[in-house]
Amino acid sequence: MTMNIANMGSTIRTRHALNWLGVAPFLLFALLFLILPTMNIVIGAFGNADGDLTFGNIVALFTPTIRQAFRISIELSMLTAVLGCVFGFMIAAAIALGNLPGWLRNTVTTFSGVASNFAGVPLSFAFIATLGRLGFVTLILRDWFGVNLYACGFNLISFLGLSITYLYFQIPLMVLIITPALEGLRREWWEAAEILGASGLQYWRMIALPVLWPSLLGTLALLFANAFGAVATAIALTGSSLSIVPIMLFAQIRGDVLNDPHLGYAIAFAMIALTAVANAIYILLRMRAERWLK
Amino acid sequence: MNGNRAWSWIVILLGSLYFLLPLAGMFEFSMRMKRDGYSFEAYRVVLADPQFQHTFGYSIVLALLTIVLGALIVVPTAYWVRLRLPSARPVIEFITLLPLVIPPIVIVFGYIRIYNTSSILPLTGSWWGTNILTLFGYATLALPYMYRAVDTGLRTIDVATLTEAAQSLGASWTRILATVILPNVLISVLSGAFLTFAIVIGEYVFAALLNINSFGPFMVWMGGNRAYEPSALAVIAFIITWACMGLIQLVTRFSKFSAARR
Repeated sequence: MTMNIANMGSTIRTRHALNWLGVAPFLLFALLFLILPTMNIVIGAFGNADGDLTFGNIVALFTPTIRQAFRISIELSMLTAVLGCVFGFMIAAAIALGNLPGWLRNTVTTFSGVASNFAGVPLSFAFIATLGRLGFVTLILRDWFGVNLYACGFNLISFLGLSITYLYFQIPLMVLIITPALEGLRREWWEAAEILGASGLQYWRMIALPVLWPSLLGTLALLFANAFGAVATAIALTGSSLSIVPIMLFAQIRGDVLNDPHLGYAIAFAMIALTAVANAIYILLRMRAERWLK
Repeated sequence: MNGNRAWSWIVILLGSLYFLLPLAGMFEFSMRMKRDGYSFEAYRVVLADPQFQHTFGYSIVLALLTIVLGALIVVPTAYWVRLRLPSARPVIEFITLLPLVIPPIVIVFGYIRIYNTSSILPLTGSWWGTNILTLFGYATLALPYMYRAVDTGLRTIDVATLTEAAQSLGASWTRILATVILPNVLISVLSGAFLTFAIVIGEYVFAALLNINSFGPFMVWMGGNRAYEPSALAVIAFIITWACMGLIQLVTRFSKFSAARR
């Protein structure tokens, strides 16, 4: 009898182990092509050429050139995240609450799906063709309005130009994420506020925004990570003339600049750390936001 | 509410200006190749370029193989987690979201370190190895989208009952997956697949750093060396993205339609 029970216990255990075997291929795939490569970089960031533990690489991140690159990258990501949130919110509010015709709302949502995926090399070409020295808009402004953008100091291959380009995928991402949250605002809340004599501004300040702020801040973090990790757009637009972190790392991997590979690990590690924190904020705030929007 | 509506129109109009001007710009620029007026010359030149045909075809094959590989990894896993391992769900879901957290450039950096010519598994040393590595890399990039799509699809069917029914008729696991589960989540797999296609077709970072001769690096090369052709390429890439998103909407609508009929 006792034997039997012991046997049963082990069969259940074997079964459980067999169940895990079903996801083994997936786990192996994730280990080989996602987790181990990342771990390799993280461990490399804390080692030197002889394999000893060191914080030297992390300290070396604070040399002026690299610190400057991180500063520009963080500013660029933050600026495009904030502006992406503001403009994206306005567009989402217009389609979710503005009583616009149905076809327009569908078009905006579909277009947002397209534009948020239209990043990378083609996007930078589109902006060169539009705001470059001989671009569509540059020429229209020059010939029709007598405004010479480039004489005013504008340059597409600059912080400002890169920001304008990044917004092309930042704003639509915001629209896609925040529209469901705005549609989750109940009509009754507005009606209740109105009956109690609240103005539109008071409704937004005291009801809608407090409900929405976790979604808003969360999306801000997501947009930050989205801009920070963007490589192809920046490279295709600026070549290597603007020193931002992803371009620096790209050049380092190609073996063009820094001679110390471990410094490359450290740059990569800092990138993961920043995007991981931003994403963690997004996930936490999203969980908080979902409490209201059932 | 009338003021509200006018305000909404203004926002939409300004938004359209920002979003449509670059599209107009790239289209206009791509037609400027001949000096005496607009023409499709840039497109003709691009399409006739053997390098374009080669790299574009190469990227299409890569994208299709990525979709197959992604589906082979994701569908059985998502199915198995739903059927037998609900407790593993948070772990698996967390892993599938990692590619959104870790920048692709860091992942490919890790590949180059782990699979270089002096390692145990020197994938980057041979043509086949590099391509296999790229494929798995792309499958990693597609993982978050693919898994979400398939998992949502599985939610709408009764996995346990279907499996038991198939098993009682003597079906093997492969048979259950291929003839019972897959047809039921085909729409989800397809919408994941189109998104994967849109991501892979013009991918640059993996291809450039692993020295793959695909469409992304070709576009960048064109951008550095030609004037009008890059815009034509951008228009082509935009049409592909648009087509992929359109197809996703189409299949989802089709599935709603057939579900309603059922």
